[in-house]
Amino acid sequence: MYDVVIIGCGVIGAAAAFELSKFKLDLAILEKENDVAMGASRANSAIIHAGYDPKPGTLMARLNVEGNRMAEDLCRDLSVPFSRIGSLVLAFSGEEMETVWDLYDRGIKNGVPGVEVIMPDKIREMEPQISDKVVGALWAPSAGIINPWDYTLAFAETAVRNGAEVKLNTCVTGIENAEDHYVIHTNQGDVEAQYIINAAGVESDKVHEMVAEKTFSILPNRGEYYLMDKCEIERANHVLFQCPNKDGKGVLVSPTTGGNLIVGPNAEGVVDSSCVNNTASGMAFVREKALKSVPTINFRNSIRNFSGVRANPDQDEFQIGIAAQNFIDLAGIKSPGLSSAPAIALEAVKLLKECGLHLVEKENPITTRKKIRFRGLTDKQKQAAIQKNPLYGRVICRCETITEGEIVDAIHSPIPPCSVDGVKRRAGTGMGRCQGGFCGPRVVDILARELNKNPMEILQDGKGSHILLSETKKEADA
Amino acid sequence: MYDLIVVGGGPAGLAAAHSAWQKGLKNILIVERDKELGGILNQCIHNGFGLHRFKEELTGPEYAGRFIEMLKDTHVQVMLDTMVLDINKNREVHVISTENGYQVLQAKSIVLAMGCRERTRGAIAIPGDRPAGVFTAGSAQRYLNMEGYMVGKRVIILGSGDIGLIMARRMTLEGAKVLACVEVMPYSGGLIRNIVQCLEDWDIPLYLSHTITDIKAENGRVSHVTVSKVDDMRNPIPGSEMEFDCDTVLLSVGLIPENELTRSAGIQMDNRTNGAIVYENMETSVPGIFACGNVVHVHDLVDYVSAESERAGAAAAQFVLGETEAETPIRLSNGFGVSYTVPQQIRVNRIDKIADVFFRVRQVYKKSVIEVSDGEKIIASYKRDHMAPGEMEHILLTRAQLDKVAGDTITVSAKEAE
Repeated sequence: MYDVVIIGCGVIGAAAAFELSKFKLDLAILEKENDVAMGASRANSAIIHAGYDPKPGTLMARLNVEGNRMAEDLCRDLSVPFSRIGSLVLAFSGEEMETVWDLYDRGIKNGVPGVEVIMPDKIREMEPQISDKVVGALWAPSAGIINPWDYTLAFAETAVRNGAEVKLNTCVTGIENAEDHYVIHTNQGDVEAQYIINAAGVESDKVHEMVAEKTFSILPNRGEYYLMDKCEIERANHVLFQCPNKDGKGVLVSPTTGGNLIVGPNAEGVVDSSCVNNTASGMAFVREKALKSVPTINFRNSIRNFSGVRANPDQDEFQIGIAAQNFIDLAGIKSPGLSSAPAIALEAVKLLKECGLHLVEKENPITTRKKIRFRGLTDKQKQAAIQKNPLYGRVICRCETITEGEIVDAIHSPIPPCSVDGVKRRAGTGMGRCQGGFCGPRVVDILARELNKNPMEILQDGKGSHILLSETKKEADA
Repeated sequence: MYDLIVVGGGPAGLAAAHSAWQKGLKNILIVERDKELGGILNQCIHNGFGLHRFKEELTGPEYAGRFIEMLKDTHVQVMLDTMVLDINKNREVHVISTENGYQVLQAKSIVLAMGCRERTRGAIAIPGDRPAGVFTAGSAQRYLNMEGYMVGKRVIILGSGDIGLIMARRMTLEGAKVLACVEVMPYSGGLIRNIVQCLEDWDIPLYLSHTITDIKAENGRVSHVTVSKVDDMRNPIPGSEMEFDCDTVLLSVGLIPENELTRSAGIQMDNRTNGAIVYENMETSVPGIFACGNVVHVHDLVDYVSAESERAGAAAAQFVLGETEAETPIRLSNGFGVSYTVPQQIRVNRIDKIADVFFRVRQVYKKSVIEVSDGEKIIASYKRDHMAPGEMEHILLTRAQLDKVAGDTITVSAKEAE
């Protein structure tokens, strides 16, 4: 019997686990995929929003601003790439200028620090490559960029180091109320819990309905992106938004913490969370809108397309609250969900207390994480690192200068990856311009060696994504 | 202090080091990131290498082996399993290895021979799911020929570059069914001999002016691919879709010179070749730093890589041992029908009797003429029966022809014969 079981290990479930792991609790996180951060948490704009967008008075407004404030310390302590570069919302017409002023007012009401409306001269000074059709912009210096899957991993790994259990490949199929506790049915058998936190993302409405009356629906919504080569990073110095419309925050152009340029997303309703394909029309839409902001973007320098599915609720608000006895929804987490994640986690702790859970703090919970990123070391530190562990002296991913030492560290991290993309999310291999063309076979080798598996068992990514299908002919067969 | 550091121990680096030794350099080092010399040739187990250089057909490893043997008779040093992290204009080379840690090596001259990498799915923005089973042809080749694993059973190949064609035959020999080779251009990107030997001989259809417009996945792996015909602007034509049941897509959609080190050293680049701008002797814009092989421009035949690299190695030796005077170069401009030239600049006094000029044409030509002009005046012309973008062209300019050039630029152009 666990005290608390969290369903879903995206950034919301992981952040909640991180906060709860600071208390004396038996805690488990159930995740249906073979790794954490497999839904919207790994495929999004990677922005920590300032918080001027949500309507004043909403949970979204409060949690966004609070989450933004928390991000900097958390990322420093947990060694997550984050940079507070600030954002601009661009106006291309007088009408859009009114929207910018509305957002400014909201920003003030929401308590967003430093918001300002600025004029074209200043904008061009900040963004030399911006379109000359821009007539003004909202400047929000507190917006930032982050590595979203590493944010998730940092929370989840730290929770595990504090004693929480992450159960991967565990899909919840039903929940039974057994009077004084819950029995959660999964494909891996039953799990018993006193309290449940529903952080099931796109599936959070279904999980809610396992214990409570329907109060909201998730309308899965896909956003498609381009990730551009590092040579395109000069196109934008800040996060460049267009004015929000009914479909969301519009197409943005932004640097990433990895040193690339990200462009996207569009917004299109889809059937479910598996619809992460790219479409010719979606990609064309993203290109057209992005060029409106920054006409110099060269899409020949694209290195990857991807898409993610947002867990948009049918109401313009997060669905956070006590849904049934000892059952808490952290559901309907649409944008700005990533930005709000740490604040949502604190909200979960508060709600559990309201439900009657007695929380006793651990004496020395772990709240920091150290990660060696060889590329970022000084020459002297590199020398010392190789002396300590010679594997830091062998570069496996040459685009991103990721060493075998970092890959082995990732494979033996608190939540060990089972796939090439799992290593990618932890160590950064294959993130560069050759997209794993060179390092992929080598990562397969290292994974097989370290996990004592046959290379044919190593997956590219999710369940079933086999890379190698058989051995080649032997001399005797030929 | 090394006389010469060669970055990369593939065919270009091997030939450059050997030639520099022959020209009298003593203290030469090859830095190779892999655990053995030979570069990409080690996974090219098919034959067809060396027809020009050795007048016989060798496999890739055999071709590399010839040069490795030649180096055994020299004192050229080799650092294996060693990665170059940075190079600068002072000719300092920063390297790391498991064995020696982080080192800064000083050289009197440097030859850049890092080769090239493959263009990926992301570079050409193919729509669809992103499952396992989509490989660049070279990665698949590594899995088959170096690691001993099959990457698929039913295969579609996008792009008719040489590696894709070679892999069509290789996968077929291993028992896979190659359903089609799909090329967006109206002509093939590979050598004619490869079209015949790797597709036609195995009844693999080649769909010209077609491209992949959707990839579908089932259970994490490729399950279906949609191929559509494209119009003159390379846009898919609605209604022309063909669907293939397959588990694998191999991409052979171009190679890009690998020039991160070149750029960070502040060397001037040519945005058409994606390689350094070089002079007649393969020297870059930074004195004493040379470049050769696929890091400068993508070659079809390794034999030409060797020849070019021998010139680079010899020039590095001359730079270290001899004295050369500064001189204003003649620029080579890309005229009609020509997409790039290498070299991009020629210093006439540095050439002995002839200068080699390599280039590619923009379209397929039947009977045609290559012209080199100095302003209005044609200084050289060459007849060809056939030219195509997939086949590199080579012309020779004599010292006598170049001495007569009046302007600061000569133009290389191509046209159909009248």
